[in-house]
Amino acid sequence: MLSPPTTCYLLLLQAHRSQRGFFEFPNHGSPQAKGDKTNGSDFGYVGIDAILEQMRRKAMKQGFEFNIMVVGQSGLGKSTLMNTLFKSKVSRKSVQPNPEERIPKTIEIKSISHDIEEKGVRMKLTVIDTPGFGDQINNENCWQPIMKFINDQYEAYLQEEINIDRKKRIPDSRVHCCIYFIPPTGHCLRPLDVEFMRRLSKVVNIVPVIAKADTLTLEERDYFKQTIREELRANGIDVYPQKEFDEDAEDRMINDKIREMIPFAVVGSDQEYQVNGKRILGRKTKWGTIEVENIAHCEFAYLRDLLIRTHMQNIKDITGSIHYETYRVRRLNESNGHFTPHPSDHPLWRNLCNCYPMQMFWFFFFKLPTK
Amino acid sequence: KQEVSYNAPELRLMWSNGEGARAVPLAGHVGFDSMPDQLVNKSVNHGFCFNILCVGETGLGKSTLMDTLFNTKFEGEPTQHNQPGVTLKSNTYELQESNVRLKLTVVNTVGFGDQINKEDSYKSIVEFIDAQFEAYLQEELKIKRTLHSYHDTRIHACLYFIAPTGHSLKSLDLVTMKKLDSKVNIIPIIAKSDAISKSELAKFKIKITSELVSNGVQIYQFPTDDESVAEINSTMNSHLPFAVVGSTEEVKIGNKMVKARQYPWGTVQVENENHCDFVKLREMLIRVNMEDLREQTHTRHYELYRRCKLEEMGFKDTDPDSKPFSLQETYEAKRNEFMGELQKKEEEMRQMFVQRVKEKEAELKEAEKELHEKFDRLKKLHQDEKKKLEEKKKSLDDELNTFKQKKTAAELLQNQAQQAGGSTTLKRDKERKK
Repeated sequence: MLSPPTTCYLLLLQAHRSQRGFFEFPNHGSPQAKGDKTNGSDFGYVGIDAILEQMRRKAMKQGFEFNIMVVGQSGLGKSTLMNTLFKSKVSRKSVQPNPEERIPKTIEIKSISHDIEEKGVRMKLTVIDTPGFGDQINNENCWQPIMKFINDQYEAYLQEEINIDRKKRIPDSRVHCCIYFIPPTGHCLRPLDVEFMRRLSKVVNIVPVIAKADTLTLEERDYFKQTIREELRANGIDVYPQKEFDEDAEDRMINDKIREMIPFAVVGSDQEYQVNGKRILGRKTKWGTIEVENIAHCEFAYLRDLLIRTHMQNIKDITGSIHYETYRVRRLNESNGHFTPHPSDHPLWRNLCNCYPMQMFWFFFFKLPTK
Repeated sequence: KQEVSYNAPELRLMWSNGEGARAVPLAGHVGFDSMPDQLVNKSVNHGFCFNILCVGETGLGKSTLMDTLFNTKFEGEPTQHNQPGVTLKSNTYELQESNVRLKLTVVNTVGFGDQINKEDSYKSIVEFIDAQFEAYLQEELKIKRTLHSYHDTRIHACLYFIAPTGHSLKSLDLVTMKKLDSKVNIIPIIAKSDAISKSELAKFKIKITSELVSNGVQIYQFPTDDESVAEINSTMNSHLPFAVVGSTEEVKIGNKMVKARQYPWGTVQVENENHCDFVKLREMLIRVNMEDLREQTHTRHYELYRRCKLEEMGFKDTDPDSKPFSLQETYEAKRNEFMGELQKKEEEMRQMFVQRVKEKEAELKEAEKELHEKFDRLKKLHQDEKKKLEEKKKSLDDELNTFKQKKTAAELLQNQAQQAGGSTTLKRDKERKK
């Protein structure tokens, strides 16, 4: 197999199409001219690289899906941050006709979908809100409804996938990314934060952010971040980007940079102000205007670039090929053990585990109406 | 269209294609327009797979055409014409053009059309295609699977080489294509088309197309739903089957070297669209529709195979109003069947084991018996020898005794003689002295 390509990534070739993010892929050199003599090509241009354009066309036609969940106590600016990220009223609060500012007695899961389009690229964005999380006096097991929701989406996808007659494109409602809002106490993570992230990081990509970071000075912020990182490490919590899923050295390099910066200290706003002749998103206070997209003020831009401009596809890939597959394996093994008279220590059964008739068998069990 | 609602009926998440989702305008640049780039980037890192099956009689220039299409000399020698059946030989190559890495697999039908009885020719081809689907299906159904890094061997395009007779399709062609059209994307091409004149070619193409239509053969249609390629694709659709000429040899035309076939009466240039449809084939197969071919293979042909295979095994999707009772029965029956098979297998293995042990025992007994016999024989031999030796010894002893007796008797006589006539001994002595 050829070694990882040393030519430049397409992201840079298409730089004119979108603003570059902060986490750029390294530029190893200019794109090679068409018709270059390369391995396997003796002369002339075949046109294999036209497949990239074909893929792009297909992707543009199909559109993309992205499902993002926000988790955190009330008042941490979750809705505002979503609106800021996607520069439109995508949060639940903005959509609800009569926004009641009541805190629910139990955790609710509320999803809302939007069709957004930018430069011909269509996206179905789903924002999943979790009002009530962490707001009760007794917050024990508050992660359970969220876990259940996430697993339900995996289940729905799995059920679709094992249909005999299945759709051309299985609708993807799986939660790709879960943004966890950490209150800006400046000290350390609370037990609730640790518990939640510990459990959920195993089933979904977690991106922790320090909410309302404009209450922290830069030194306090750095100290807070460092403490959080240490605590995450100490508790074995793998947040996105997870070290074990780095694909190659370049990936690792880029992701190491990100891992040094998380959690991002963000400020959200949907108000525009005039600063230095430009209209920018910000928060106006008596002591100054915090510019949301100014990296000297807060790290919103880094978060936006990570989530949207550079790593969105990767986030979806990890959800699909790792978290979903983990769920699937667990689920299929469950269904196997549940129905068999001889549990897995029957020698013949064990030997047949991964071979064809056995697979058919779990498959069949699976299609029974469960519970 | 599935609807899922959680705790708030007024906000519903709908899974279907954007229906039910609100369209919202963006107040600024968000940046997800880089998604196609991100997706393409990932694919570039991962590499691409493309698998072509070439079906056609021996000697129609299949290998040469592949060489010409991909501008490279794939290894291999021309096949002989005396193959007993049709076998499929597949070779995988890694090609790279700019930053795109392609894992190209070319599958050739060896011996197609060479047999006297060609009734079963199509079978090995169908089996091969099915085997690739089967391998993918097995991977997809594994509990621990690695679809992400799976080397997809499913055939994305089948180039069917039609012999340039100029008349019509052979019945072998019709039968084979009919068997393949629901399993693979068929692109019919007229091979070695420099053997046909332009006017004959036009008639030939019409005849072929009408025969395909009247026999209900579904060949691959270049897609016309995407407006950026709809026009070129629909034009090309009307040029099918492509009349191609393949050549890897270069000839100087003007001041350029071009791929061509040189005859005494002229030179056929491969990349000259007036001479043949090679450029059209390359354009359609590689530069415009490669991704669509892969997609059709996955979403249409593979799905059909999967559906048929699963239905064949007795699986059905559960309807919302399915009767759990009948399903329970089927479940019990299937489970019993499977357990029965397991037990049968176990029994068989046990029987076989017992059988083997018995056989081995018998063998060993035989051997033991032989050994005993041998031992007895040797013993007897030994005893016989011993007896013989003893007899010999006895006779020797007897001889010795006799000799001793004789000796004693002789000595006695001598003594007597000495005492009786001492003079005679003197006389004898004198005689001796003489």
